[in-house]
Amino acid sequence: MDKPDTGWIERETRRAHSDLPEIWTLLDSVCDPEIPVLSLFDLGVLHDIRQLGGCIKVSITPTYSGCPALETMRDDILKTLSQAGFEDAQVEVCLSPVWSSNWMSPEGRRKLKDYGIAPPMKHCRAGDTPDAGIGCPFCGSHNTARLSEFGATACKAMFTCADCKETFDFFKNI
Amino acid sequence: MNETTHNEHLIEYVKRLADDALILGHRISEWCSHAPFLEEDIALANVALDYIGRSRLYYQYAAALIGDDTSEDDLAYMRDQRDFHNLLIVELPRGNFAYSMVRQLIMDAYNTEYLDALRHSRDTTLAAIAEKASKETRYHLRRSRDWILRLGDGTPESHDKTQAALEELWGYTHELFDLDPVETALLEAGIAVDTPALKARWLSTISTTLEAATLTLPEDDWAVRGGRTGYHTENLGHLLTDMQSVHRAYPGQQW
Ligand SMILES: [Zn+2]
Repeated sequence: MDKPDTGWIERETRRAHSDLPEIWTLLDSVCDPEIPVLSLFDLGVLHDIRQLGGCIKVSITPTYSGCPALETMRDDILKTLSQAGFEDAQVEVCLSPVWSSNWMSPEGRRKLKDYGIAPPMKHCRAGDTPDAGIGCPFCGSHNTARLSEFGATACKAMFTCADCKETFDFFKNI
Repeated sequence: MNETTHNEHLIEYVKRLADDALILGHRISEWCSHAPFLEEDIALANVALDYIGRSRLYYQYAAALIGDDTSEDDLAYMRDQRDFHNLLIVELPRGNFAYSMVRQLIMDAYNTEYLDALRHSRDTTLAAIAEKASKETRYHLRRSRDWILRLGDGTPESHDKTQAALEELWGYTHELFDLDPVETALLEAGIAVDTPALKARWLSTISTTLEAATLTLPEDDWAVRGGRTGYHTENLGHLLTDMQSVHRAYPGQQW
């Protein structure tokens, strides 16, 4: 696996130093509604968990401004907490620091690829999706070309593979 | 400046940013299921969603600043056209595809500069929204620039339609770089963007693109203004009727 980015390392450290490891583990069961193999933690949307008084405060950060999945994510977190007995919980949406595809965990990248979506590149500025060469998640070929900068959701671009002839999604760098 | 005036200015400023994003997002969304091919249809829907999502962030902030029970939906759906203070260019009908792409190039290049400046605002909420939106805008600009190259340097028909769109839209671009007393006061407070200072870089992006696309930069021989004071073209009322009708018919309804 490639060397993980610092964005991810900060998140990993935050989780490792948390006083609430059982809540982090519990919320590992909450996945992105659009990509059901990817937990909100792996995706990087689950930013922090704190306890204030008796209240569990979960902060999440949207991938894109218009991400329609955010409401579902919030509801799923509250439902999961409530079913585990944490009735007093709040989800706050934080805009800063701004979410980046570099926050995705190495585990998340692997799951994404297994699911058929090419993970974001290690070093790529937002807006600089290459015209070609993204690794095909099906056959591994790099003989691929971009079909469209925008895929089924804002976070993805569409590519096609010249070797296995499959069309696949690429999770864009942002 | 006293605290009340400052707060009123800030609310007005945030609503303007929200109105610009919502109205342009709505106009782009009108292409949904009408674009020239499927990938482009999806791309336009994505761009529209970015703009509408951005407008929600601004409206939520404006609603919080207003402080009573005002919600983001009240601001988007319950105000009449004179209360919308968006730039005129965003409310113009979508026109043909070249027309929409020229408007996108103008606005995406503008937003690239604008959001980059707003990232340094002393207002931390606006700076955070700008930080997020500016990354999305890089994708938008790349897309609209590609289209202008393709259309301008394409067939004689696509070239002529794109040039005609430029001529029709150019007079609406001057308003983008105005500063009124509200924005001037907020600029002095380190909050608003110094729009006149953006013009040189914006123009450079536009002229470089047009030159590569074999298109001609229009003359600065006419200008229309009024959006920031609520004096709109005849098009905004029709857009609002369409956009607000469901909410007004069923206020408070949830999916
Ligand atoms: Zn392949």
